[in-house]
Amino acid sequence: MTLQPLLAVNTLSCERGGRRLFSPVSLSVLPGDYVELIGANGSGKSTLLRTLAGLHSQFTGEYHSQDTLYQGHRLGLDGLLTPLENLAWLAGLEDHTLDHETTLNALDRTGVLTMAYSLCAAMSAGQQRRVAMARWVLSSRKLWLLDEPLTALDASAQGLLRDIIAEHCANGGAVICATHNAIAIDGKSELILDAAIAETLP
Amino acid sequence: MLGASLKRLWHKLGSPRWFFSLTTRWVTFFGWSAAVLLLWGAIWGLAYAPADYQQGNSFRIMYVHVPAAMLAQSLYIGMGVAGFIGLVWRMKLTDVAISACLPLGMVITALALFSGSVWGRPTWVSWWEWDGRTVSTLVLFFLYVGIYALREAIAEAKLRARASALIAMVGTVNIPIIKYSVEWWNTLHQPASFGLTQKPAMPSEMWLPLLVMVLGFYCFAGFIVLLRMRSEILQREMNARWVGDWITGRGAP
Amino acid sequence: MIRGALVREWQVLLRAKGAVINPLAFLLLTTMLFVIAAPDAITTATDEASAVAPGVLWTLVLLTQLLALDSMYRRDFDSGVLEQTLVSAQVPFVTVLIRIFMQWLSTGFIMACLGPVLGVMLGLSSQALPATALALLLGTPALSLLGSVGASVTVGFNRGGVILALLVLPLFLPTLVFGADMVMAAQAGRSVMPQVYALSLISLVALALAPFATLAGLKISLEMQ
Repeated sequence: MTLQPLLAVNTLSCERGGRRLFSPVSLSVLPGDYVELIGANGSGKSTLLRTLAGLHSQFTGEYHSQDTLYQGHRLGLDGLLTPLENLAWLAGLEDHTLDHETTLNALDRTGVLTMAYSLCAAMSAGQQRRVAMARWVLSSRKLWLLDEPLTALDASAQGLLRDIIAEHCANGGAVICATHNAIAIDGKSELILDAAIAETLP
Repeated sequence: MLGASLKRLWHKLGSPRWFFSLTTRWVTFFGWSAAVLLLWGAIWGLAYAPADYQQGNSFRIMYVHVPAAMLAQSLYIGMGVAGFIGLVWRMKLTDVAISACLPLGMVITALALFSGSVWGRPTWVSWWEWDGRTVSTLVLFFLYVGIYALREAIAEAKLRARASALIAMVGTVNIPIIKYSVEWWNTLHQPASFGLTQKPAMPSEMWLPLLVMVLGFYCFAGFIVLLRMRSEILQREMNARWVGDWITGRGAP
Repeated sequence: MIRGALVREWQVLLRAKGAVINPLAFLLLTTMLFVIAAPDAITTATDEASAVAPGVLWTLVLLTQLLALDSMYRRDFDSGVLEQTLVSAQVPFVTVLIRIFMQWLSTGFIMACLGPVLGVMLGLSSQALPATALALLLGTPALSLLGSVGASVTVGFNRGGVILALLVLPLFLPTLVFGADMVMAAQAGRSVMPQVYALSLISLVALALAPFATLAGLKISLEMQ
């Protein structure tokens, strides 16, 4: 049985300010894959993820992705809502309704159950990240695009992040993660972004 | 078959290089036409057209004011159309057109306002009268200023192109509504003043020079816009091989 | 999804009451300032037509709306909510439409309800008060809709306020003309039907145009960072 790729990238190169950020990359992501994006600051990791999420339109080459969950530097949590309300809204975007029990379990797993009813604005950066992780667990999206997910996480949360990613991959999902600190996942592959040879695009 | 060749033609139309080589002759044509028409229209209008029985010689400023006002509006609508094409078909050339029309449009709108004011002095005995046409032109000026400010604020060329295309389009759709509302406002709140250009019976010796001037203004705009577009293309394509070849005389664009 | 978006907007509205109250306070405050600055322009006799009240009222409404528009997408932009909407929502268009509707509900609609009070403060003749509310009710949707387009392209700027004003105030002019004239007509006892049609038409055109343009504008802004 051949697996249908969750993401197919063909000689994709992103541009910003009329400048090509990295040499074209090609990539095929199958269910179960964990791909780490490696590259120096400014090499275009974030822009590549934003492109794959459909938020950046300046690129050459092509990609086909479906069913993506994108997690940028901004978490997408409204400070005026509680984690429960935020998660309900985020699930609503995917046309899901969450039942209370499941949501609480997810928050329990990511260690922020006690904050379930307080406003996100009152939570620390790390706690907000944990709420975001609960959102991934609850999402039905197959392909996760994570931008620097380790930011602001303590040691236990980093372990939790690793477990959640490993579990998602084991369940037929795939993760592309831009990070400066490698996450120990079995069978991971790396995609290195080379700075493009200085050239101005026509 | 036809679809494919249409697509090819469309693609070609969007190519800066093709546009550059196509318009080489046009610039000369528009430039000379503008010079001849403007000179002819100005001499005819200023020296030979009969004086107005009511306004005397002061009506002659119409030969600048009316073409300027028409052109000001046409250039904005031109930007809106270019914006629409640019947004829908992602054509590079349209932003070059917008960037060329914008400063010219602002200057021409300012000229229309200024000439209107100068004309208003002997006619209404006031430098500024809140006449319907004046207000419309003033709003048009602000629409230009808005796009100008927006373009200044966005550093990244492609996003600047998309944002200004969008706003030019929205503005163009609103122009008829604004004009209509200003007319409504004018008829209600303004003591009936005689229209400046819509004389019921303007003799042909009066409006023929005007026609020449209008044509001259449009040719002038074509000349300036093409000139600016071409220099903008050279700047944007500075690193392309054909630009280098053309500048050093090794090849035609 | 529609329900989720509505619920969220409603919860946020209840928790950020400042977004509703502050513009209203601004409106009342500026109205007071006008009356203090030009007391002779205000006639307190309620049966007398006021020449300035309709225009002043509508101008202040426009400025209040402008002030509220600046923050229309700001919070959602900064928190990443906007980003998630565009990536994940099945139909981002609907979310945008809901946002505009809620923005109108929290500003334009409330100003329409408050219209008669402002009219009284400005010395509007009492027979024009219902028409004032109706004019605001029909005209303010256009302000929210067209303003949303300007807010969407300026949300990525650090200081977008002045540019927003330059972009949207010229587009507000038709609403101002017919809105103020409708109040005038009501004071003079003329029929207000032409203005009712005109204001409705302007709002409908804005409704057809603005949500698409807003969506395009938000995409541009999200690409700026």
